[in-house]
Amino acid sequence: MQNRNSTAARRASGRRHPLASVALILIGLLTTGGAYALLSTTASAESSSDSSAAITEGQKLFAANCATCHGVNAAGTAEGPSLYGVGSASVDFQMGTGRMPLAFQGPQGAQKPPQFTQTQIDAVAAYIASLAPGPAVPDEKWLDGSGDAAAGLELFRINCAMCHNIAGAGGALTEGKYAPALQGVEAKYIYEAMVTGPQNMPVFSDLNLTPQDKANIISYLKFQQENASGVGGVDLGGLGPVAEGLFIWIFGLGAIVGVTIWITARPN
Amino acid sequence: MAKKDGGSAESELATKDGAVSAGTAVIAAEVFQNPGMPPHHPRATDQDPKKEKAAARRVGGLFLLSVASSIFAIVAYVIFPITPGNLSSVRLNNLFLGVGISLALLSIGIGAIYWAKNLMKDGEWTEPRHPTRGSEETRAAAAEVFKLGNEESGFGRRTLIRRSLIGALVVAPLPAVVMLRDLAPAADPVALLNKTMWAKGVRLSRDPDGTPIKASDVTIGSVFHVIPDNLGDAESRLDEKAKAAVILMRLDPQDLHVSEERKDWNYQGIVAYSKICTHVGCPVALAEQHTHHLLCPCHQSQFDISHEAKVIFGPAKRPLPQLPITVDDEGYLIAQSDFTEPVGPSFWERA
Repeated sequence: MQNRNSTAARRASGRRHPLASVALILIGLLTTGGAYALLSTTASAESSSDSSAAITEGQKLFAANCATCHGVNAAGTAEGPSLYGVGSASVDFQMGTGRMPLAFQGPQGAQKPPQFTQTQIDAVAAYIASLAPGPAVPDEKWLDGSGDAAAGLELFRINCAMCHNIAGAGGALTEGKYAPALQGVEAKYIYEAMVTGPQNMPVFSDLNLTPQDKANIISYLKFQQENASGVGGVDLGGLGPVAEGLFIWIFGLGAIVGVTIWITARPN
Repeated sequence: MAKKDGGSAESELATKDGAVSAGTAVIAAEVFQNPGMPPHHPRATDQDPKKEKAAARRVGGLFLLSVASSIFAIVAYVIFPITPGNLSSVRLNNLFLGVGISLALLSIGIGAIYWAKNLMKDGEWTEPRHPTRGSEETRAAAAEVFKLGNEESGFGRRTLIRRSLIGALVVAPLPAVVMLRDLAPAADPVALLNKTMWAKGVRLSRDPDGTPIKASDVTIGSVFHVIPDNLGDAESRLDEKAKAAVILMRLDPQDLHVSEERKDWNYQGIVAYSKICTHVGCPVALAEQHTHHLLCPCHQSQFDISHEAKVIFGPAKRPLPQLPITVDDEGYLIAQSDFTEPVGPSFWERA
């Protein structure tokens, strides 16, 4: 009651709520930011249509950020491989998932927050693609998860599951390398990884798995992630018998020990 | 069966003068003395009638909960029927039926234990083990039975009967041995293990759809999982696939270290190896593009494809057998012959 009175009083006296100025600033920021984003996307669309400008921009970015390891002309050095023929798909995958630029030389470049905007990545991709032909960034129609999930499961089981785990939970490889988890990875990056074979992953070119096969695999992973916990209870990360065995050892045996103690303990 | 109240408990094993009964094990003189039962503490339910009543109500409550849960299980079974083709109906049905039945049984168990612990007669008992040896009379009587039986039947005296009976008993299980032996596959397993479906001219095709692979399809760094083109004709497809599964990789020919006798076995850097681990036969399919290592997921055996699949780590003892390949007139990859050695793990008769 008192609260309402005070609000009414404030309104009557024409004074603003203390948070009103914060809200005003927020609205202002959002409007200018939104307008800027809108303008800049239009700008990037223009610049990507102007491919030679993007290539020049990409070459600059490459020289500043990548040439240390991959060489000034992307021909490779002792520290990094040649990028001739890796295609824009490879650049989009490596830079878009933050694997490149590498944090340090090691067994495997780890996924981390991307260091560049999509516009910058596209520019570098255009530059690399201009050096030698290679796989391009995939068409949207393969990425929407509308393929045949059952066919995708069979292909995934034969070609992918031994490293990435049948639930896409990832797994260990040799000498510190690992197959990363596929849960939550964007469809675009899954497709690009298959077609380019990043790091120690083998290449699955369109002559091995057709674009439709790849779309089916993506559909399976998407279906699996959306329905994973729908059946069979808690999936424990989908890691298989180790996680399940550990769970039953700790909690199953723990419960049995607890019940045994309760049965034999004297009541008060 | 001697029952004693806990307060006055004393060892039943040792008699009054400290001698040990003949039925027990040897006990050294400086044996740890039996401290007897701990003093008896009465329970709260023994002392306070209110608590006793509360405990009785709890036990009754648990049993009534069991009744309710059983009824719940029946009702749930009727309310959530299984409709054919609807998996989520199976899930609901099983879930509620299971919850009801387990709660019903668990309540009976917990109630019974709670009853025994809090309300049934309380006290510490010692129940000594009775000697396992029979009395002298029993033993003498048993010996007499055997003696009499021998005398009356003449088992010891009539050697012909005794020996022929023993002979008959020895021979009687033989039909069973023959029958059990016949459960094994009729065909010679060694011959089956020694060869696969690969033969001269058989095309390498993709697993699972069976489309043949052109050499030009296999780009450098690619891995194909391969089955023989004629697998569909096989009588037992899975058995044949388990032996004939092949992993196909293309390396930069500069990376391949090929020995003299295998120099025709690859085609421009395309190599085919058996996918069956030589340790215990898991599929070795974890391929690394740049290290050219194959890793077996079961026991971490590692094979180096650039060095003819030699073992570089793990329990496997032999390299993976290589399938000699080439191309036919149409550019499809074909086998030159079967594997030159048996694939998969060792077996007794493996040469």
